[in-house]
Amino acid sequence: MPRRVSLFPLWPIGVAVLVVMAAAPLIAIMTSFRAIDVSLWAHLIHHVLPGYASETVLLLGIVLVLTLLLGVGLAWLTTAYTFPGVRLFRWALVLPLAIPAYVLAFVYLAWFDVTGSVTAWARTAGVVLPEIRNRWGAAVTLALAFYPYVYLPARLAFASTGARALEVGQTLGLTRRAAFWQVVLPLARPAIVGGAALVGFETLADFGLVSLFGIDTLSVGIYKAWYGLFSLPTAMQIAAVLALTAMLLLALEQWARRAARYTTPGRGAALTPQPLSPLLAPVASVLCTAVLLVAWAAPLVQLVSWAWLEGQAFLTLRYASFFGHSLLLGTSGALVTAVLALFLAYAQRRSRHPTMGWAVRVALLGYALPGAVLAVGVVAVVSALDRLWIAAAKLANLPATPVLAGTIAALLAAYTVRFLVVAFQPIHAALMRITPSMDEAAQSLGASPLQVLTRVHWPLVRPALAGAAAFVFIDIVKELPITLMTRPFGWETLATRIFELTNDGRWEAAALPALAVTLAGLLPTLLLARTDPTHTTPRNSPC
Amino acid sequence: MLIIDGVCKRFGARKVLDGFSLQLEAGMIGCLLGPSGSGKTTALRLVAGFEQPDAGTITVAGVPVATAEHSLPPYQRPIGMVFQDYGLFPHLTVAKNIAFGLRHLPRAARAQRVAALLALVALSEAADAYPHELSGGQQQRVALARSLAPRPKLLLLDEPFSNLDATLREHLAGEVRRILKAEAVTALVVTHDQSEAFALADQLGVVAEGRIAQWDSAYGLYHQPQSRFVADFIGEGAFLPGTITDNGMVATPFGLLPCRPGTLLPAGRAVEVLLRPDDLAPDATSPIAATLEQALFRGSTIRYTLRLPTGATVLMDHPSHDPLPVGSQIGVRLDVRHVVVFPSENRAEQR
Repeated sequence: MPRRVSLFPLWPIGVAVLVVMAAAPLIAIMTSFRAIDVSLWAHLIHHVLPGYASETVLLLGIVLVLTLLLGVGLAWLTTAYTFPGVRLFRWALVLPLAIPAYVLAFVYLAWFDVTGSVTAWARTAGVVLPEIRNRWGAAVTLALAFYPYVYLPARLAFASTGARALEVGQTLGLTRRAAFWQVVLPLARPAIVGGAALVGFETLADFGLVSLFGIDTLSVGIYKAWYGLFSLPTAMQIAAVLALTAMLLLALEQWARRAARYTTPGRGAALTPQPLSPLLAPVASVLCTAVLLVAWAAPLVQLVSWAWLEGQAFLTLRYASFFGHSLLLGTSGALVTAVLALFLAYAQRRSRHPTMGWAVRVALLGYALPGAVLAVGVVAVVSALDRLWIAAAKLANLPATPVLAGTIAALLAAYTVRFLVVAFQPIHAALMRITPSMDEAAQSLGASPLQVLTRVHWPLVRPALAGAAAFVFIDIVKELPITLMTRPFGWETLATRIFELTNDGRWEAAALPALAVTLAGLLPTLLLARTDPTHTTPRNSPC
Repeated sequence: MLIIDGVCKRFGARKVLDGFSLQLEAGMIGCLLGPSGSGKTTALRLVAGFEQPDAGTITVAGVPVATAEHSLPPYQRPIGMVFQDYGLFPHLTVAKNIAFGLRHLPRAARAQRVAALLALVALSEAADAYPHELSGGQQQRVALARSLAPRPKLLLLDEPFSNLDATLREHLAGEVRRILKAEAVTALVVTHDQSEAFALADQLGVVAEGRIAQWDSAYGLYHQPQSRFVADFIGEGAFLPGTITDNGMVATPFGLLPCRPGTLLPAGRAVEVLLRPDDLAPDATSPIAATLEQALFRGSTIRYTLRLPTGATVLMDHPSHDPLPVGSQIGVRLDVRHVVVFPSENRAEQR
């Protein structure tokens, strides 16, 4: 296509806006040390911050170890072996992803806390269960909620490279087990590290679960500094520490992605699973069933039963407004994010300039930023903009009131930065499948550039766009810290309502909104579970 | 039908086409052959309108479609194109892919044209299939039918068989030729595969360094190459040193041979004589003996590498039902009317 020089450089300006949107909150946080409240910081640095930081790092470490064990172990078990139920387990083990961590947390607390139902029942049987409202309880719960982030990529990697790697290993005289450790696992390592990085981001970002378990991580610290000490600067400074931790993790993830480029996707036969011995097969089945039961089925059944028994009493007009708010935020956020992601994906498709690659990477950075960090960052940027506006308004003799702070606009901006990548990835993938020759073929068949867009691109991108919007919708409905900290005053959504009810220990009351959020999350999880590597055929890559 | 005149095109500092010219008559199938990077695909893309020339003109059916100043966009040119990776639309069925360029027709005429093309490419049963459900060869035929549907004045094919099995290629090349002739379309094909080009084209051009080195029939390119480059690129063979004599002959290790008519070289000029593998035959009565150094079984023939007493090697094809023992000495004779010679530059410099 002829390159036209346009008067209004839409693409560069649009991409620049997205880059600024993503970078501004981070910059605001990182420069917040200019305004240190000395007395507060003396208190923080001596009594609070080391505790927050070490708690965060410890929790992160334990969760990573547990998710790696669980995710990689289950992935290898279900890929390399057959045992009763394995075909079901292969995809069903992704299902725990549907339950938000803070929902899983309050169900477990209702069962296993000191006054919990299972604890009480056990006590009558003479068994004293360990206390769970601590670091270990939180870590195990987080691991059960997040292990699919490792399980899924590990399983994909094992299924695609596993067969050939095993065969090569075995021709070199390695046993199947030795070949796993020396060939298969190193080949899958980039995929696994990528998944583990996601677990790390989610763990750092988690606010609801840790605050329910009473663990003082940095995310909780941000919230406490803001809503307890009423010091936004202090909240921002704690956020800076958390942001730095997340950036370290991001660097690790980027390294893993680069390494992944060098591993060729397997074109050979899929891995042929071996039957487990009659002794081990039932053990494997029981193990998988137990994980599914504990992490997904039982909590879901519990939620349904609570909602059924007690939920109706809470089904009032007020709930309609929570649903309404969640729906409004979800749909508008999903639309805005999907459209911006579409724009960004096209911008990247149009330009091969290295600057564009960097710009896109920065614009997508938000997924690594914990929600609490982003919340204070966005609030800082928004109030700075408001100050500018007020100053300008005073000069122009206009009514000088803030126009952005505490509005849905600020909330939507924060969501967009956080979830842009969620929408970008499927749209980008769909655009990649539209080869240059399809564009050219359409043109040589008489289609004008506009018709190429409407007759070829739109039908091919539309499903991905719808999927992207659905994913973002669900992420927004589940999202807690950003919503909690940047919502308009007095606004309640399903997520914030769950947070408040469960903080008061009113599990049964929280069941209905929690069930709504969980069921919404089930849809994309099922889609994800369907991407079973053993059923997909390798797609011919375009030349 | 197609006239390309003095077209130049550079990408950055690299000059890809440099005075590229050719003429293709209506109804003919032309083929651009050349090593990769010779500019043949760029020439095709300029004709299609995906690139603009820096200089020169391209005229299709009497209409100048591209000059250095003005260029019609691809969708306004009466040109169809078949892409190397086919570029089929994955969201449309075979029938709808073929109908893509037929929007201007009323519904009934459109259906009729699609049915006719499906029949032509023998895919009537696959009308409702999606591209990913077809084999590579079938996809290729869909791409061909789709590009033929709007009855383009000129059809361009970019490496049309490169994604297919070697065994399928020659068969398909003949099949594509039948289809193109049935539609009476003028076509220009780009390929790097000679057997494909020979099976498909009426006229061929060897592209070298951004221009056509020789535009000729397959016979002409093979037996009367006009440059050493073309002789090297088309077919196989060996070059023997020789010297031009006064009477238009050339003195070679095989004795005096007649040069191709029109060879204008002064007597005494050192030359290289092109010998194709089919120019030699074993002959026990021949005074020239050669050592059989290597035998390569090629099915109907065996290709032998012979070492002449002068030390030069030549190639010879001989029917495989009569194998000759490797290592033995045999008599060989030349089986040609005239030979093609090229002035040998190195020799001349040495003298």
